[in-house]
Amino acid sequence: MEPFQTLTGLVAPLDRANVDTDAIIPKQFLKSIRRTGFGPYLFDAWRYLDHGEPGMDCAGRPRNPDFVLNQPRYRGASILLARDNFGCGSSREHAVWALTDYGFRVVIAPTFADIFYNNAFKNGLLALTLPAQTVDRLFRETQAQEGYRLTVDLRAQTAATPGGEAIAFEIDAFRRRRLLEGLDEIGLTLQHAGAIRDYERRRRAQAPWLFPDAPER
Amino acid sequence: MAGRTLYDKLWDDHVVRAEADGTALIYIDRHLVHEVTSPQAFEGLRLAGRRPWRPGAALAVPDHNVPTTARAQGIADPVSRVQVEALDANCAAFGITEFDMCDPRQGIVHVVGPEQGLTLPGMTVVCGDSHTSTHGAVGALAFGIGTSEVEHVLATQCLVLKKSRNFRVRIEGACAPGVTAKDLALALIGAIGTAGATGHTVEFAGAAVRALSVEGRMTLCNMAIEAGARAGLVAVDERTVEYLRGRPLAPAGALWERAVQAWGELHSDADAVFDREVALDAATLAPQVTWGTSPEMVVPVDGCVPDPAAEADPVRREDMRRALRYMALEPGMPIIEIRPDKVFIGSCTNSRIEDLRAAAAVVRGRRVAAGIRQALVVPGSGLVKRQAEAEGLDRVFVAAGFEWREPGCSMCLGMNPDRLAPGERCASTSNRNFEGRQGPGGRTHLVSPAMAAAAAVHGRFVDVRELG
Repeated sequence: MEPFQTLTGLVAPLDRANVDTDAIIPKQFLKSIRRTGFGPYLFDAWRYLDHGEPGMDCAGRPRNPDFVLNQPRYRGASILLARDNFGCGSSREHAVWALTDYGFRVVIAPTFADIFYNNAFKNGLLALTLPAQTVDRLFRETQAQEGYRLTVDLRAQTAATPGGEAIAFEIDAFRRRRLLEGLDEIGLTLQHAGAIRDYERRRRAQAPWLFPDAPER
Repeated sequence: MAGRTLYDKLWDDHVVRAEADGTALIYIDRHLVHEVTSPQAFEGLRLAGRRPWRPGAALAVPDHNVPTTARAQGIADPVSRVQVEALDANCAAFGITEFDMCDPRQGIVHVVGPEQGLTLPGMTVVCGDSHTSTHGAVGALAFGIGTSEVEHVLATQCLVLKKSRNFRVRIEGACAPGVTAKDLALALIGAIGTAGATGHTVEFAGAAVRALSVEGRMTLCNMAIEAGARAGLVAVDERTVEYLRGRPLAPAGALWERAVQAWGELHSDADAVFDREVALDAATLAPQVTWGTSPEMVVPVDGCVPDPAAEADPVRREDMRRALRYMALEPGMPIIEIRPDKVFIGSCTNSRIEDLRAAAAVVRGRRVAAGIRQALVVPGSGLVKRQAEAEGLDRVFVAAGFEWREPGCSMCLGMNPDRLAPGERCASTSNRNFEGRQGPGGRTHLVSPAMAAAAAVHGRFVDVRELG
């Protein structure tokens, strides 16, 4: 996984609550068996005026001029500013893959849906929660000031505004470390293979009906 | 020491290792796999040269992409076909049992698990699908995961988790005839919102929940994720035990007796403390119909489409306006004047035998109304389909003008050919009314099976309580 340490990036404001994963990446694109190539279809139904299908070349598709990511001032944005309950709905990790493939490295919102939040951290996407008032203010500032950028420093746990104010954010220590170091989580868990086997042995003795399949290791 | 909640007990039973900060390595007893969220996980195993830790703990079944018309011709859409074939190939390569597309036991993964007795009380159950919460109905800790976690479970049989908070939803009173588990779920989501239970595991309790069949409890737990809860739970009781007795993969003989005895502990202690509690009175609830593009945008069938002007919060007000534009509805319009173009009875929420019976009871002796372009019944599994046919339900539906289909996720999300055309309005027993969910530009109204059936035969929403 690509580590995340600091990033200075252009902020794009997506001003609606409950943005669901169906909106982030519509279902027709989930038929892909790859992890890459979802960026052009991010927010497909909002971003384009025609109907998108997998494999379509998006260069010539008619864009919805009202959609925030199509406005020239937000071209190249790497920080997405969002509202409450971002990423609700389906568990599709494709939603995170689409955001990162597009170029986002940070999503800021007052709250995230649980599964999306988990998925983000597995892919080097920093899902950053800030109080609703702070998010409100960032929306106002982003919309008022063209070229509004934030510097997100994961080690220091701050997001610095163009005015130089450092907004502190909270993040779980374990998630932070994994992201800073880009750790292979499966590798970390397999370091505890002995403990897993011990658990299985103990549990099998207690509740053998849970292990109709497994031979003793 | 205070008593423990059911969730506390399930959590404690599965801790392999706990860190000081509360992060724990949690053992996973059962892993359900489908074609959409697994190919990249298998590819990850391959790239890292890893094998599944315990292939026998997993069961795979293709459901999202499968056609619901004749299966013998295979899948016409080449992209869907590749994905289903990838599941077949991955299961063969990694030694995972699969009920393939033509297996009589194939169906929606969340219907198949409990039906087979694969999902049992006291287990941890995961699947790369948010509606895994369904399995909590039998007192299992069950939740949806992303593809990276699918790979993690395949490789280690564990997940690294932090414990959620405890949330109890007490539903007391008795449902009026015609008011179902689906209506309880929608009313709850309307009350607490789609993020109302984020960060929590919800235990459903109270007289109205105890009175539900296990299938009804599955509908309720299925929708827990639409309230933001990764997992929903119902304590084990006699109904749970009777539901599971004799299922193909449930234990038998002495082992069954021993299991049943252990399951007796799977309830919250009387003095258990919940972080949050909400109470609903089932007796006051009417059948529910969603009017917008989020499951929380819901009103009773005898209500009207709400007016955004009355909403104080500006973000919510704008969301409501956007939803009404998308749904082509006007504030103040009575719900019973809304006329669907299509009707869909199916999905992991409402495609079990009791759902089909409830819908058939409304349809029997009636015809699908002239204004309805298509009415679909998609059983949740091959075994549900067979049971329904044995009871003659298929003939009731077909005689009325419904299409009787093969099992799968179908028009809940339209990854297969079953979908809405732009602008079409659907009375649907599924779980999500998001923009484009059932097809680009499609408009979804979530309802119970009886309400969907009634909408089909009347050509508009009607209050099933008035049908007698």
